[in-house]
Amino acid sequence: MFNGLQGVFASLGHRVIEGVWRIGAGARLFFYIGFYLLESFKRPRLIVREIFATGVLSLLIILVSAFFVGMVLGLQGYNTLQKYGSSEAIGVLVALSLVRELGPVVTALLFAGRAGTAITAEIGLMKATEQLSAMEMMAVSPVARVIAPRFWAGVISMPILAALFSMVGVLGGYFVAVPIIGVDSGAFWSQMQASVDFRDDIVNGVIKSVVFGIVCSMIALFEGYDAPPTAEGVSRATTRTVVNSSLAVLGLDFILTAFMIGA
Amino acid sequence: MERTTIDLWVGVFVALGLAAIFGLALKVGNLTSSNIGATYTVTAAFENIGGLKPHAPVKSAGVVIGRVDSIVFNSKDYEAEVTLKLDKRYEFPKDTFANIYTAGLLGEQYIGLESGGEETMLKNGDKISHTQDAVVLEKMISQFLYNKASDTKSSEKTKAAE
Repeated sequence: MFNGLQGVFASLGHRVIEGVWRIGAGARLFFYIGFYLLESFKRPRLIVREIFATGVLSLLIILVSAFFVGMVLGLQGYNTLQKYGSSEAIGVLVALSLVRELGPVVTALLFAGRAGTAITAEIGLMKATEQLSAMEMMAVSPVARVIAPRFWAGVISMPILAALFSMVGVLGGYFVAVPIIGVDSGAFWSQMQASVDFRDDIVNGVIKSVVFGIVCSMIALFEGYDAPPTAEGVSRATTRTVVNSSLAVLGLDFILTAFMIGA
Repeated sequence: MERTTIDLWVGVFVALGLAAIFGLALKVGNLTSSNIGATYTVTAAFENIGGLKPHAPVKSAGVVIGRVDSIVFNSKDYEAEVTLKLDKRYEFPKDTFANIYTAGLLGEQYIGLESGGEETMLKNGDKISHTQDAVVLEKMISQFLYNKASDTKSSEKTKAAE
């Protein structure tokens, strides 16, 4: 009985210490990436290649889901707004929910699933096959050569993907509202333009997506870098990337929204 | 430097992203409609501004001619001081009326300017002295009920006199 209790406390303590240790290691990795800032932008070729892997290859899933999200918003919004006789406001509803929330958040969630896992698995496997150690042996810093370019590629790709998501989502909403339901096209756009503010809505959405880009890339890179060099370790790290990124994005979204609306 | 297909794709990707941000700004947002060029500032004091907010439109004859810049409370005479930014192209006489209206039954509130007949025009930094407050629904209803009650009382009195 006493032994069992001791075991519970021991594992609890182990988890806490493990968590603190990981936060510290993550912060150190973040610092190193900042340290190699100039070095990574001196070789844009590496960043461009990673933008292709994380950004361009994510385009398909982002654009298709954006179009469907926009269409669903259009249908659902029309269903409710029509009861109050203001179905023209559907453009406002679709645009504001996409630009403020769904654009950055859904993009970040999809990004974590599509690109984050790939980054974690790649770096975890590089570590497992001792490629990173080999680089260090050749006096090439793996942070500068492997980690930092992927980080900057994620930070650059995310706002672009989020902006595309919002724009395509609005077009999806337009597609449902105007040709299918028959809302007036002029009212759709003019009401939208009257209520969506460039500074308060669009720029804030871009700021959100930049923050999510930093967080998602950082989590994916750290999980890969920190993964135990075994097949099981890499698979666990990949799972943790998705779980932690999603939780971090949703939690941060609340905090950012509170800041932006409160201000 | 050697060009590769990856460069091309990344170029397309970045161009698409910029196009999307421009599209959001111009087609979805109000970057085009809020652009009213050079402005001049006038102030107006209201006893009650209702739900008026900064960035609300200022209209004259239904046309947007400016925006509400800021709203502050003046603790000296307990009034709300509203700063308006008006388009330089439009000038208004000194005795212009500034009213707070509501767009539709539940819509946003805006300021309507009704020009007066004076010769001198409002200049930058001037104050509009003729203002009308926002209509507060509760006040209107209580006034209506009060009138109704006094009406029935007076009609009862006249009946009794007869």
